[in-house]
Amino acid sequence: MTTLTQTPVLNSMFRFQWEKAQDSYVLLYPEGMVKLNAPAGEILSLVDGERDVAGIVAELQCKFPDAVGIDADILQFLGEAHEQLWITL
Amino acid sequence: MSNSGSPCNAQSSLQGVPGHGHGQPLWLLAELTYKCPLQCPYCANPMDFANRKDELTTAQWIEVFTQARELGAAQLGFSGGEPLVRQDLVELIGAGRELGYYTNLITSGVGLNERKIADFRAAGLDHIQVSFQAADPQVNNMLAGSDKAFKQKLAMAREVKAHGYPMVLNFVTHRHNIDQIDRIIELCVELKADYVELATCQYYGWAYENRHDLLPTRAQLERAERITNDYRDRLAKAGNPIKIIFVTPDYYEERPKGCMNGWGQVFLTITPDGTALPCHSARMLPIEFPNVRQQSVEQIWNQSAGFNHFRGYEWMKEPCASCDEKEQDFGGCRCQAYMMTGDANNTDPVCSKSPHHGLIEQARQEAEQPHNGQPLYRNERNSRVFCKS
Repeated sequence: MTTLTQTPVLNSMFRFQWEKAQDSYVLLYPEGMVKLNAPAGEILSLVDGERDVAGIVAELQCKFPDAVGIDADILQFLGEAHEQLWITL
Repeated sequence: MSNSGSPCNAQSSLQGVPGHGHGQPLWLLAELTYKCPLQCPYCANPMDFANRKDELTTAQWIEVFTQARELGAAQLGFSGGEPLVRQDLVELIGAGRELGYYTNLITSGVGLNERKIADFRAAGLDHIQVSFQAADPQVNNMLAGSDKAFKQKLAMAREVKAHGYPMVLNFVTHRHNIDQIDRIIELCVELKADYVELATCQYYGWAYENRHDLLPTRAQLERAERITNDYRDRLAKAGNPIKIIFVTPDYYEERPKGCMNGWGQVFLTITPDGTALPCHSARMLPIEFPNVRQQSVEQIWNQSAGFNHFRGYEWMKEPCASCDEKEQDFGGCRCQAYMMTGDANNTDPVCSKSPHHGLIEQARQEAEQPHNGQPLYRNERNSRVFCKS
């Protein structure tokens, strides 16, 4: 269960970058690539090993003030990212 | 490069879209040289490699990387032969990383040392894949044609991990080592590999020539797959994040593989002399392939006759043309169809609908017979036999 006080860190197996040809953020890993949808890309772009989950929620709430229930979505995505081993918590 | 079969099988996240135009060359494989200190009898290099000496220069390679990146390439593989033989490898890695590629070094580990591993890291290398021939030094050395290879590989695998690279270990399996699959997996766990590819030989190039000496029996294969599944479950339960990929040989399938995710959809191979291929085996086909010395990567990928040759479905003959599975497997592998039936437009004989499927069944039967001959090692002397004068 992901909580607001945890600090996600990108797994060193993956490289996160903006990919112009895909018009999206991607995760690159040995001989493969995950194309991220827009919300996933926004969230992972804030995973820097220093911000905790609460900090990520606050940043995105500020960037998208009209979005409702954003914290639940972020917690859910980070949980999935953790299961995929993209991040550690 | 080692015959891992991975470009055909392990790229589920890089999908092309045949029949709707064509995809981007997401995977650029740079075969920097055909030179190699090993002599693996299953090498995917062309049989007549000794005839091809004219390698691209550093500047020419960097230009290729730049142009392919513009077209959307994201993964860059340095392969060969043995890419460590190239003296400009650090420079090429640096250029690739600078352009935004995820950079992969695909190596036997022979010729690697701690200084190079550190230099490559500093230049931005993302990943090193070390290939092994077996978990047993004797089998490894027999197959690699080198006495020191195994110890060197072990030492280098440990160094790779120590320098913080993600580590993929690649074991090409065949009838001589597949019964040791438990020891292979245990070795990978001990080396703390992140990914393990247990890739059964794909029978092209030297491996096709040596097929009688390499193809495992069905019983060997089923046993190995069962043991692999057991280990996978056990390791997962123990919380070990190691990922084990088991690639079966298509000779025991009834439907062909969707080779390269479709012709000219995802993969672009550049050979040491600059010839561009839709897969690293395609050079054997009776097709004129373009060269980066004469054409831009954009022209090659989008317009060349070679890359358009098997795009879409119009080229297909029966039983593929009217088959409702053609969008899944694209008729299978063009090289296999050509090698085995003499016509690259035919259905891959792996398919049980192919009128040539008997050739595959015959190979399976031959695998049941004991074989005592020597393999044909991949080296310059043996290659000259296949060079056209």
